[in-house]
Amino acid sequence: MEYHYTLPVDKEKIKKLKVGDILYLTGKIFTARDETHHIMLEKDKVPFDPSEMALFHCGPLMKKDKGHWHVISAGPTTSSRMEIFEDEFIKKFGTNIIIGKGGMGERTENALQKYTGVYVAYTGGAGALAADKIEEVLGVYWLEELGMPEAAWIFKVKEFGPLIVAIDSYGESIYKKLKKR
Amino acid sequence: MDQEHIKKGIVELIQKAETDLPSDIVNALKNAHEIETGIAKIQLEAILKNIELAKETKRPMCQDTGIQTFFVTVGIGFPKILELKTLIEDAVKIATIQIPLRPNTVNPLTGLNHKDNIGAYIPYVNWEFTNGSDVLITAFPKGGGSENMSKLGMLKPGVGLDGVKNFIVDEIIKVGGNPCPPTIVGVGIGGGADLALKLGKKALLRPVGVHSKDNKIAEIETELIKRINKSNIGPMGLGGKTTVLDVHIEMAHRHPASLPVGIVVQCWANRRAHMIIHKDGNWEVK
Repeated sequence: MEYHYTLPVDKEKIKKLKVGDILYLTGKIFTARDETHHIMLEKDKVPFDPSEMALFHCGPLMKKDKGHWHVISAGPTTSSRMEIFEDEFIKKFGTNIIIGKGGMGERTENALQKYTGVYVAYTGGAGALAADKIEEVLGVYWLEELGMPEAAWIFKVKEFGPLIVAIDSYGESIYKKLKKR
Repeated sequence: MDQEHIKKGIVELIQKAETDLPSDIVNALKNAHEIETGIAKIQLEAILKNIELAKETKRPMCQDTGIQTFFVTVGIGFPKILELKTLIEDAVKIATIQIPLRPNTVNPLTGLNHKDNIGAYIPYVNWEFTNGSDVLITAFPKGGGSENMSKLGMLKPGVGLDGVKNFIVDEIIKVGGNPCPPTIVGVGIGGGADLALKLGKKALLRPVGVHSKDNKIAEIETELIKRINKSNIGPMGLGGKTTVLDVHIEMAHRHPASLPVGIVVQCWANRRAHMIIHKDGNWEVK
């Protein structure tokens, strides 16, 4: 099945998504890699509302032109690095759509099942293609401390995809299935 | 000799590597796209579209523009050998702003990003010397996602060639979708630990589809491709027939007590570009 969702996405809509489905997202997403996960988990308050956005495992290539940031290339980064943080992150911020590549492990699978969320895969390396689906850069946090790849970038995206539902809210995972073969 | 002119050439070399994938890898991806179906086909379609888009718009195809890595073969008759290192470093700084490249050099102790793709030992330049007066530079920017899946095995010689083959197949299956398959796997067998890994990386410079000149090694390469592709990991680890596009093996003689096997994984974005600098300072990028 193919779905076109606007963020934020409610529980009922998340429950419709099954492993192997194709999803396109419109709305706000934020990037977070290892360091941003770490910082956000330590802080009592963060300067934006992650619950209304999808989380994107991405360290984008950006360019500042006449005072405004532009996306040059922004594909997903390897999600398995964030496995050590993700269950806590989902619990703390109510994240219910995670965009990444390469898959995640059991801890994330369990959290997605418990809190009704999905992990969707975007084609790794397809950075130029992804950048063209990003309409606007809405903000950036921790740029000075963490540098361009690790900072939290807030993007407004339109029909971002195709995203493949790779872990659903029922505990099913494409990666787990393939491993069992 | 006009140094600014050479720097301009090296920037063009980096741009070519980052935005325009060589035809051997593009053709291999197109062939994979032909034989795949379903989700695997969707992944390869996105990859091929992305390659076209990056080339057309002269933008880096992947946001991870890699650690800047160069293999340089210097003709000993080249008049400005001592200046080459500085020229490469300057060109990397210019390329970072101009192309642009993602700032990818982080101090491992402080966590601070150097912001210009320069740092201790980086850009990484591998020097070799030869006769003549031309300099050949291969730009080989290496992304972190696939590099993270590299592995060194200090095997016991008693496991034999079968042990070596099983180690490679098991490791590539274990890393699954993490290194952005379909990948190219570079393997160095023999030497010491460092040499095995270095040969593994150098093996990736060989064009996709070109087997080792050594028949015995070529046979092993073919066998490993078949075995790994049976795993059904597929493009991006989402299932499919194409997990690796090629396996390239280089060998060195080993110590009687050691059997090092260095595996270096390369994502589908097998970025390479070449440049020749002549002794008069003129250059060509291809």
